[in-house]
Formats: sequence, C-alpha cells, structure tokens
Amino acid sequence: MASVDTTTNAGQLLAAASGGRRRLGDRVFSRTAVLAAVTILALLAGVAIFLLSEGFPALTAGASELPEGKSFLDYAAPLAFGTVLAGALAALVAVPLAVAVALFITHVAPPRIALTLGYLVDLLAAIPSIIYGLWGIFVLGPAAVPVMKWLEEKLGFIPIFQGPASVTGRTMLVAALVLAVMILPIVSAVAREAFAQTPRRLQEGAQALGATRWEMIRLTVLPFGRSSVISGAMLGLGRALGETMAVTIILSVSGAVTFNLISQANPSTIAANIALKFPEASGLKINVLIATGLVLFAITLVTNMAARAIIARHEGE
Amino acid sequence: MSNKSKGSLMSSSRWLVVIASAVILALGVAACGSSSSDGSGGGSGSGGSEVSGEIAGAGSTAQQAAQEAWIAEFENANSGATISYDPVGSGGGREQFISGGVAYAGSDAALSTEEGELEKAEKRCAPGELVEVPDYISPIAIIYNLPGVEELKLDPETLAKIFAQEITSWNDPAIKKDNPGVELPSTRITPVNRSDESGTTQNFTEYLSEVVPSVWKFEVSGDWPVKGGEAASGTSGVVEAVSAGEGAIGYADASQAGELSVAQVKVGKEWAEPTAEAAAKIVEESPVDKELSPGKYTIAYELDRKTESQGTYPIVLVSYFIACTEYVSGSEAGAVEAYAEYVVSPEGQELAAEQAGSAPLSSALTKKVTPAVEAIEAG
Repeated sequence: MASVDTTTNAGQLLAAASGGRRRLGDRVFSRTAVLAAVTILALLAGVAIFLLSEGFPALTAGASELPEGKSFLDYAAPLAFGTVLAGALAALVAVPLAVAVALFITHVAPPRIALTLGYLVDLLAAIPSIIYGLWGIFVLGPAAVPVMKWLEEKLGFIPIFQGPASVTGRTMLVAALVLAVMILPIVSAVAREAFAQTPRRLQEGAQALGATRWEMIRLTVLPFGRSSVISGAMLGLGRALGETMAVTIILSVSGAVTFNLISQANPSTIAANIALKFPEASGLKINVLIATGLVLFAITLVTNMAARAIIARHEGE
Repeated sequence: MSNKSKGSLMSSSRWLVVIASAVILALGVAACGSSSSDGSGGGSGSGGSEVSGEIAGAGSTAQQAAQEAWIAEFENANSGATISYDPVGSGGGREQFISGGVAYAGSDAALSTEEGELEKAEKRCAPGELVEVPDYISPIAIIYNLPGVEELKLDPETLAKIFAQEITSWNDPAIKKDNPGVELPSTRITPVNRSDESGTTQNFTEYLSEVVPSVWKFEVSGDWPVKGGEAASGTSGVVEAVSAGEGAIGYADASQAGELSVAQVKVGKEWAEPTAEAAAKIVEESPVDKELSPGKYTIAYELDRKTESQGTYPIVLVSYFIACTEYVSGSEAGAVEAYAEYVVSPEGQELAAEQAGSAPLSSALTKKVTPAVEAIEAG
C-alpha cells in the first residue's frame, strides 16, 4: 500500500487514480479538520456574544445607575490604561531578554548546555500564575523595596520613578517584572524555533564574506526570524494583558492613572479588577465587569491585528 | 499558491454550511453562559418525606469559614441532612434568597429598604414571615507595623485622618498627643486597604463616617473609597502587606491579625481593644433598627458606633442569617429550622469562634434571636 499523502492535492490525485472515490481516511481527516476549525470559530463567537449580551446593560445604562456613579467609559478607561501599561512594560522587558536567550541557545551555547537551558526556560511556562503572584509579594516585592527607594532618590526627576517609593513592593514595576518572567518562555520558544531554521547557506555565506559571529547573526539570523519574533512578542503581550491571578495578588491598586511605576498608587488591570470585584458583585455591577471584559477582548483583538499588519508588511518587503 | 486547489475541495455552499453551524454552536455556547447565572436554585425543594432535607444557602464571604464549620458539624449530627453554602457575596446572597433560588442567605448588611429589597424578601416568604437575625459578629482590628512601638492608641479622628491620608508621618502631633512616652519615628505612614470589595471595608468606613463625619468625607462603601493608598486583596493580603511594609497600618478581622501589633481605639474616655466580648457587647447595647425590622422575627441592629459605653469595641462586622418561617416543602423547613437553631446556639457560636475567629453572640443576644429562629416551622 502506498502511504496516504496528507496534502489534499496529492490525495485528490490518488483518489482520482483509484477510481474517483475518496478514501475513508481522507474523508475522516477532512471532516475532523473542518470540525476543529468550526469549534474554534464557535467558541470565539460564543465568548464574543456572551460578552456583548451580558455587557450590554452596562453599556447602555446612564452614569447615575452605575455602581460608582460615573459613566462606563470613566470606569473602564483607567483599567484599560493599567492593562496596556502592565502588558507593554512586561513585553518591553521580556522581548529583548527572550531574543537574547533564544540566540544564546541556537547560536552561542554548546549543544548540551543549549538543550538544558531550553528545557529550563520552557519549565518557566509550567509554573502556575498564582505561584508567580506569591513569589512576587513574598520575594521579589520586598527585594525591590530598597531598589525602588534608590530609584526614587537618584532618578526621581524622571516621572516614572517619581515615588514616593512603596514600602511593601507591590508596585507596577514589580508586577510588570513578574509578568515579564511569565511571558518569557513563550516569546523565547517562538524566537528559538525561527532562529534555528535560518538557512545554513546564508549563515555560511555571511561568514565566508568575513562577517564575525555577531555580524552574521545581525545580517542573517535576526532578519530571518523577525516576523516570528514579532508574533512571539504579540503572543506574550496577549498573555500579559489577560494575566489575572499574579496581578491580582501583587498589585496595590487604587485606580490612579499614572506612569509612576514605584508608588503604592497604581492603576488596576481589567482582568485583576474583575477577579477582585466579582465575588461581591451583584446586579448591574456584574454587567459592568463583563463589559470591561469586552474592552479587554477588543484590546487583545486590536493588538493581534496590529501584529498581523506588521508581519504582513515585513513579509511583503 | 495552493489556495485554488483548497477552494475546489470545499465549494462555496459548503463554506456556508460551515459558517452556519459555527453560528449555531456559538449561540449554544452563549446560551449556556447566560443561563448559568440563574441556575443555582438546585438545592431547594427536594421533596421526599424524610425529616432530614437538603437546603442551599448563599451570601457573605465573611461568613464562609463559619458556615463551613457549621455545616460540617451539623451534617455530622444529622446524617440525613445536606446543606450547601455558596459564598457569592452578600448582595448576591440576598438576591438569590429573594428570587427563591436559595433557602437561606448570609449577608453582611441587613436587608435594606432600597429598591424595595425588604418588601420583596417578605413577599418571597409569604404566607410565612421573614426571619433575619445576626449570626456572625467579628471585631475588626487596626493592625500596624512599626518596629519598637508595642502599644499604640488612636482616637477616631486621628484614625480617620490616617486613612484619609491627611496624617502622613508617624510622629505627627495628633498621634503623639495620645501616646505620651512612646518614641514615634518619622517613618511615612502607609495606609493599607482592601482592593477587593468586602464587608470589612463596608463596616470600617461606616464606623469612620458615623463617628467622625467632619473628617471622613468619603462615601460608605464596601469598595474602598480613597484613592492612592496601598491596596491588597483579601484579609490575608492586607495582613501580608502590613507585615511587609514598615510604617504600614491596615484593618482586618481581629482573628487574622497574627503577630502584628493591634492599635487601641478610643471609646468615650477609654481605650478599647478588639476582643470578642467587646464586639458582642456593642451589638447587645445597640438599638434595633425599627425601619429595617418590620416583622416579628426580623432583628436588624442599628449599630451604635458612637457609643461611649465602657467595654465595647465599635469597629465590628455584623452579619445576618436570613430565612423564612415557612417553606413549600416540610422537610426543607425542618432542615432550615434545625440548622438556624444550631447556628445561633451557644455551641454553634463557640464553634465559629474557634474555626473562624468570630465573636460569639452574648447570652442576652442569644435569648433575643432564638425565638425568631424557632418560629421557622417544620410543615
């Protein structure tokens, strides 16, 4: 028996060759694949419809009916700000680090060390977020207190380090660092795959022309992996935007809209706010929380579309 | 490049089928999502002729630990009874009780006259009557972290100013005045509040706004109303934040204060500490709120937080047990009655004190609430 080719093209040819009837395996495969695709679409649409229908009462209600007596936009804007700030900071820290780790693993380290390090980085992804949260308040936060005090004293003229520095370490800076560690594995895994697939002839060609190792990486590996790094970064950003537990535990939230990263007054994030307020919420408050979920959904959607656009432009070059 | 061949495999009409089925599935998912919010009434009306029954309750998260202890002990003694308590929050508990979803509710606030809540609850119980009694009292301690300062006295005005972020350093004259002989450092004060919505915050802000309205201009709310303070989630989060931060001060259930120092609060001319006796005493001495207690079996207290009576501690959380005197099914009524009687009994209160750190109802209070729960009739 000839092995069944999985590409539909060849499959069709084979089917045509065997008397026009498609083989059972082929039919099962295509049905299953279609079903899987439909399920994904349905789930996504289901979540969107749920958010819309349950969030709708909050979107249409007047300011006076809403819990804090302010309009939904006024309620959601600081949360959206906090979400984007925390996610962007985390990505800002994690992406360069992840690219460096991926380069080390694929192009610098000896194979055995590279393999071990790869496993270890992947292991970071297996740690539950609540553990990261506890680590943040018990270890990283207290350790960051003297550092933040120093930042306030020496670099206090920069608005982001304006202070007054928190004495507990539950700041936006610490939360973003924890988020950065959390998204590191996914960004570096994607980057690693891409870097490892840089065609050998390109790398050897660069070196044959006299390029050093760094020049070779800059001229061949990085451009080749660029779109993958971007999509990896977006995957990571998506996770950071939606991360709930770690932020809920770590961040000292007080609804402030500020870029000050080291004080006790921080904006909350949408996901953390839902986790904090939902247990005691009832009536219209629940609708408000769900509507903020819709805002998060929209933010993630826009981020992903932006990423697609960037990748498409790079591929077009 | 292979798009064309894929296109030929799936004709456009089949794509229509795919999309249509996706939408149908999606609607199904959405329907599941929306129906789950009101589907929690499964516990009620189990029928059957057994004396033991199956009842469901919902409400306050503050009562959760106590309710779990009561349920475990009650089910131990009555093997045929099954009781569940869903800590959905006080508001959610009252809502579910009114809609008939649960047989009883736990609430950190008595049923209010807002939006006719009280009337709706009475209607739900008709032709029987509404039962509402305090079943869980917990003193709220002011905890602080100031190395070298073992004892701290704060009068209500100073306390309010600290939490309103008006007094910002520990050696402020207002604090010094009440603590002669104590060496107060110039450390910055970090007030810590709950970041989640809670009955503890509700009661603490209620205390501040009633006792020192001239200082506390913020609203009374379960959601901390002052911006810019340090916030932590849950009682354990507040305790952890206060432990971690030098110069921090917060409020938490007294039983959870652990190793932290607890401030004394001025009541009248005396300094009071959050003890179980002092917490029960303030409830005992407070008048019953006539407006909120229209029926024979509703006992909602209007806490006299301004009291000057010696031996009381005014920052307390009082949580209520809400039920009806009559239920459709006799076994349900029997189970609710037996359970409610157990909850307010000295044994039940003692168990909650041990397991949840609450303040047991005093004997005078027990005497007052027992007739109300005994009014629940089996049959």
